Amino acid sequence: MNEPIVDPLLAAEPDSTFGNDSQLIPRDSVAGRALVVVIAIMTFLACLTAGAALLVADASRVWRSDVLRDATIQVKPGSGQDIDALVAKAVSIASKAKGVESAHAYSKAESERLLEPWLGNGLDLSQLPIPQLIVVRLGGQRAEDLAALRSALASAVPEANLDDHRIWAERIGTMADAVVVVAAALFALMILAMGTAIGFATRGAMAGNREIVEVLHLVGASDKFIAGEFETHFRRLGLRGSLIGGLAAMGFFAAASLLSFWWARSPGGDEIAAMFGSFALGPYGYIALTAVCAAVTLLTGLLSREIVLRHLQTLL
Amino acid sequence: MGPEVVGDLNFSIAPQSFQFLTGPSGAGKTTLMRLMLLALRPTRGTVHVFGRDSASLSKDDLTALRRRIGVVFQDFRLLDHLTTYENVALPLRAMGREETGYRAEVVELLRWVGLGDRMNAPPPVLSGGEKQRAAIARALIVRPELLLADEPTGNVDPGLARRLLRLFVELHRLGTAVVIATHDLQLMDQFGFARRLVVGDGRLTIFDGSAL
Repeated sequence: MNEPIVDPLLAAEPDSTFGNDSQLIPRDSVAGRALVVVIAIMTFLACLTAGAALLVADASRVWRSDVLRDATIQVKPGSGQDIDALVAKAVSIASKAKGVESAHAYSKAESERLLEPWLGNGLDLSQLPIPQLIVVRLGGQRAEDLAALRSALASAVPEANLDDHRIWAERIGTMADAVVVVAAALFALMILAMGTAIGFATRGAMAGNREIVEVLHLVGASDKFIAGEFETHFRRLGLRGSLIGGLAAMGFFAAASLLSFWWARSPGGDEIAAMFGSFALGPYGYIALTAVCAAVTLLTGLLSREIVLRHLQTLL
Repeated sequence: MGPEVVGDLNFSIAPQSFQFLTGPSGAGKTTLMRLMLLALRPTRGTVHVFGRDSASLSKDDLTALRRRIGVVFQDFRLLDHLTTYENVALPLRAMGREETGYRAEVVELLRWVGLGDRMNAPPPVLSGGEKQRAAIARALIVRPELLLADEPTGNVDPGLARRLLRLFVELHRLGTAVVIATHDLQLMDQFGFARRLVVGDGRLTIFDGSAL
């Protein structure tokens, strides 16, 4: 057989370099694409969980702050007592108390409106032993100021009872903390599931590229070098998957924020806003989601590297 | 543990020597090559490579010794998703060398083996002879002290086989110890100076060649 005569002047130059795009582990494979899809879905769910936990934690902070900024004085009418005079006295004491910004007694009309959902229209409150309410706006939330106010009220208006909403705030806080803990647990489970999927994919890739691993070994590649190649390969897959999942989650929260802005003008919007705030994650929320994506990318690379190194240790 | 493929063998490969390893199919030629390449541990006995007992080598030692050995596989073992250039440069890349530092070297070697115009072609589009030369170039690029070639002429016509053998002889002249596993008697007869290691029935017989 005559071999072709090569003219060095006409010889081609290599148009590829290892430093740029050449990967020793083939980039596109069915297993690789499947892993990208799995990572994208898991990252999306992990970002949703993290974002929801952040929203609840933020909303809880606002709830607690709002609830603790107010205190309520209930004045219970006794027999033959002038309830309006007792209320006026209590308002006067509260207004002058240290740490109180304002004290406002609910008028008869306001009390009726407050009870309307439970007792219906056209109610004559004077026929019922309904306590009168005084809403006290606090400048701060210092326990000693509230104790002084409680003491002053007890001596001057024994019929008045000060409620600082502490128990209610603690319940809200406990509930919000529980939601955050559950979200953190779900997040951890998703990361664990993702780690398991990455482990399977890495072992699959090792098996599928057994020939490449063996050739690399026999041409003098160290375990570290081979593991580094797999790490680069899987980090790229992880980056692609986490970007898809992370961007989808960010898009979801951005859309939810816009929708909640629109819902706020509709009936029932108040309840949603009270529960989750405005659905707006804020810059720190988006930074947190970006951190989740970065962590997923790093985790994918490092985990596959560790698995490959362990496998190579068993080979000669 | 299965039956022993070879046993009670005692031989050494001298630096800058040239030998054929021959014998019938299934006699253990490839097993001996794999033992010399440190890709297989002996079930008993010892293998010393470059003065080191293979049983006492760490993973790092194995890697360092393999970098002093060039190997041509019978089935080439080129990576299909890389170009010919990238395949030949693979051992240098595995050593951690920068591409800019070895590019000219690889191009020169590819031209020397007649693949100057096939650098960017992936192995699946190369002919059998071109694959063979690419595999040989990959083994030579690190300038090995020992070259192991398993049936390097098994897939090519007699003319190309002689040309490839002359390539190995040239390498031997430049100071590399060469071991070629083959069962092609005619080819061996053309290179009478070479030592012959004949393996058969699990035993080894050595015939010294005439002076080069």
